[in-house]
Amino acid sequence: MNYEITLLTTMAISVIFALSLNLITGFCGQISLGHAAFQGVGAYAAAMLAKAGWPFFATLPVAMLLAGALGVVVGMASLRVREDFLAITTMGVVFLFVGVVRQQDWLGGELGLSAIPDHGLGKTGFMGVTLLACVAVALLSIHIRRTWMGRVFNGIAEDEDTMRVLGIDVPRYKLAAFAIGTALAGLSGAFYAYHLQFIGAENFGFIESITVLSMVVFGGIGSVAWVLIAAALLSALPAWFQVIGDYKLLVYGGLLFVMMRFSPGGMAALARRLFNPMATREGKS
Amino acid sequence: MTPADTKQALLAIDAVTVRFGGLLAIDNVSFEVREGELLGLIGPNGAGKTTMLRTITGVVRPTQGQVRLDDKPLNALPTHQRIRLGLALSQQLVRPLRGITLEDNVALAAAKAKTVRPLRALLHTSSQEELGLARRELARVGIESLATQSPATQPLGVLKRLELARALALGPRLLLLDEPLAGLNSKEAHALAETIADINRQGVTVVLIEHNLGEVLRICQRLVVLDNGRKIGEGEPRAVMADPVVRAAYLGSDEQEARHA
Repeated sequence: MNYEITLLTTMAISVIFALSLNLITGFCGQISLGHAAFQGVGAYAAAMLAKAGWPFFATLPVAMLLAGALGVVVGMASLRVREDFLAITTMGVVFLFVGVVRQQDWLGGELGLSAIPDHGLGKTGFMGVTLLACVAVALLSIHIRRTWMGRVFNGIAEDEDTMRVLGIDVPRYKLAAFAIGTALAGLSGAFYAYHLQFIGAENFGFIESITVLSMVVFGGIGSVAWVLIAAALLSALPAWFQVIGDYKLLVYGGLLFVMMRFSPGGMAALARRLFNPMATREGKS
Repeated sequence: MTPADTKQALLAIDAVTVRFGGLLAIDNVSFEVREGELLGLIGPNGAGKTTMLRTITGVVRPTQGQVRLDDKPLNALPTHQRIRLGLALSQQLVRPLRGITLEDNVALAAAKAKTVRPLRALLHTSSQEELGLARRELARVGIESLATQSPATQPLGVLKRLELARALALGPRLLLLDEPLAGLNSKEAHALAETIADINRQGVTVVLIEHNLGEVLRICQRLVVLDNGRKIGEGEPRAVMADPVVRAAYLGSDEQEARHA
């Protein structure tokens, strides 16, 4: 039973993380190659506060706020310049994050932070809270999609020049997507820190950023339900097959390539084609 | 141009020069667009029409000179803010959002008030009002029966009208049309020109960039002619087209030959 609880918690954290990237990459069409850095900021914030004696629930908003604030700073630096800068900047941010955190003794340096205090909810209670947060993030995603913000995001993802001509402040909307997405990544980081009770800078590096991107692409960029399924499945894989752990990057990289080559719309598009072959040109589900 | 002239103008182009590196794309051009008129902006290929349009919409910043809407300088404003001040553009290459229906495309423009800021957009889900307006604009350009279709399956003639409906849904004071008739057959072009003239009669000020001279002469009340980045003619269509300088530019011959013709 313990094993299942741990696995479910891990899956829920991955789903929150993947859905947070889906908001940026899926909804708004902005590629981020360094999303793990924002999860890292959330994780370190929660861990430090927990060690300082803060209660579990008080650390969550701070983790979100700090990650979101870094997201806005990174976004301002890159979104207003040129669209393809974002991929490069975000990649730079994740290397910078790992590099800087490793040098900071007050953040545990090379050794990372260990003995992070317990959340005090018990294993099952913590799983419940994580699952609830996961559902909330999924519902928020679905809600955003239904608002005018979601419709504008969708337009920006398809053709931002046309959105400008329709009077849309494109950089501002991208920044909004970035702020929400990075704040939610920070939330997943806080759960991550409490779940493992040990974190190191390398847990939030480039490989993790590619892993979460492949979850989003595998599910189907933009589709909430399929990204949820993909993240849950892929995060459980290393636990089910011990051997994948060693070849994680190869597996995820390969998956990313295969999906891009054969079904750029991910499993979502694959499912649409299977069940409704006539309507493949319709909008995203 | 005297200051009194610019005050009456809805849009004033004031001594605008645009230079791309060593290339002089627009050379000290001034003209104005008056409230309620249908102005044709014409000229041979490479005359600077599209650059002029881009200077008005803010894609291109002038090297010198000023663009003013209602006497308000636009030079420092990005495209989306100019749109919100009352400009609307129907693009030369149709660019519908292909993942959503025709009416949703138009509704996105009609939702201007709700999409002004992201936070505001996040608080609104209802699209009833915008869809109603979208339907009216689609009807205005004659394609309301296709409202729930996907643009991906529509012919160019419909997409040109969709582009027009989307621009109209912004409720513009000045509608900029970039070669709306290009690529259409003569019957379609005639019908769409008629629609444009109707829209103008309903009170929308229009600037029409167009190569189809026959339709331009038929519907425009006034012309501005550009050639090699310079303004070479302005005024009532017949008079402008009778000008030897304009004829020469169009026939690609020198002025003397034009005078003989």
